[in-house]
Amino acid sequence: MRTTLVIARRELGAYFATPVAIVFIVIFLVLQGALTFNLGNFFARGQADLLPFFNFLPWVFLLLIPAITMRLWAEERRSGTIEMLLTLPVSQGQAVVGKFLAAWAFCAIALLLTFPFVLTVNILGRPDNGVIASGYLGALLVAGSFLAVGSAISALTRNQVIAFVLSVAVCFLFAAASYPLVTDFLNQNVPQLAAIARRVGVIDRFQDFARGLIAARDLVYFASFIGFWLFLNTVIVDLKKAS
Amino acid sequence: MASGTEAAFIEIEGLTKRFGSFTAVDHVSFTVAKGEVLGFLGPNGAGKSTTMRMLAGFMAPTAGTARIRGHDVQDDSLAARRVLGFLPEGAPTYPEMTVLGFLRFVGEVRGFAGGELADRVEHAIGLTTLAGVRLQPVETLSKGFKRRVGLAQALLHDPPVLVLDEPTDGLDPNQKHEVRTLIARMAPEKAIVISTHILEEVEAVCTRAIVIAAGRLVADATPAELTRRHPSGKLDDVFRELTRSAAPGTEAQAA
Repeated sequence: MRTTLVIARRELGAYFATPVAIVFIVIFLVLQGALTFNLGNFFARGQADLLPFFNFLPWVFLLLIPAITMRLWAEERRSGTIEMLLTLPVSQGQAVVGKFLAAWAFCAIALLLTFPFVLTVNILGRPDNGVIASGYLGALLVAGSFLAVGSAISALTRNQVIAFVLSVAVCFLFAAASYPLVTDFLNQNVPQLAAIARRVGVIDRFQDFARGLIAARDLVYFASFIGFWLFLNTVIVDLKKAS
Repeated sequence: MASGTEAAFIEIEGLTKRFGSFTAVDHVSFTVAKGEVLGFLGPNGAGKSTTMRMLAGFMAPTAGTARIRGHDVQDDSLAARRVLGFLPEGAPTYPEMTVLGFLRFVGEVRGFAGGELADRVEHAIGLTTLAGVRLQPVETLSKGFKRRVGLAQALLHDPPVLVLDEPTDGLDPNQKHEVRTLIARMAPEKAIVISTHILEEVEAVCTRAIVIAAGRLVADATPAELTRRHPSGKLDDVFRELTRSAAPGTEAQAA
């Protein structure tokens, strides 16, 4: 556990030692703001809640989170530091979880910086802050899911562009799986897959959180989703580290 | 060869690595005892780095075993890595970290904390004369300094076994001399393996030399014995003769 945290702290420090952190946070906040206030009709709706904010959040994550994860392992392999890191007394699992935790903490920091949205609705009306808190919890879980996917894919390649594009594609698959567009199509053609698609969809589950519903099955879903991808990540690192 | 009274610190038996149909390392066996400095020689692509990666537990061998102080590098990998100081090829370090930050990170991963961590880091900085650049990011340093940061990382926990892939590559003659002196000073307490292209280095610091060519071990002797194998008495000529006769067909080396 201690080793995992040492690795996580180093990783998190690396975000802030380069312009990566600032660029990410600024773009994230600008995008979220523009989408919520303009496309989301935040003011015209006349409701004191953060639904427009949470509706766009997974899509912004879909675009930006692979930008964080693309370097996690690809960079480590390209520069050869993986050989230094994994010949220290560190297990692959510790390294994978350490890197994931750092990226997750970074996303949590970015999410915390959206606090002006919360302040705004609280000034303009009397929102249900419990629902907002549940929405933030859901957002953190969606971020964790996309991070786990992106991190595993980053271990597959030493090319960051490939890691980015593949991660966006795979995350999109899981994001959109529960959308009517996808499930209707599957219902007509392969009905067996439609049921599965509805279950693995990330956004459906997130919308429960955004409405203030925290269900145990959703928590289990996110935990197993993240766990599965981190396990896959460890296996891929082991297979690919020296190739 | 081995001192006999004590088990060898490094034991390699029939180590083999194949990439597809290409055999990078072919049944290499040797042992290194405490007090020995083993020079690991061979042309580019002969399998030096691959052997060292397998010894450090980074790459899984296709066949054969490697043990460090009795710990199998595959089955008991963490224990083996705890007693090993390893300088990978090219001395990779995290470019955005400062020298001090990087060494503290390595120390913490190795389980040091508080005053002991600070002492270990200072000691390693002193050994590799990095004091003047301790607060500089590694990416701003010259090649020679980067190499010494990698060396400091390998020495930090004062390991009984050191495996150094080209420790003096990119250093100027003065720095080379310092590193050789450092290696010679540490030698009595440790088992050290260094790979190098520089043959004078072998004569300067190594008590024994191994030559591999095309993945096979072609010589294992003291530097003095090796030089006697050629009428000219020059290690260069011996090296050329040994490695040319092995005729490496492919120069491909695993990246």
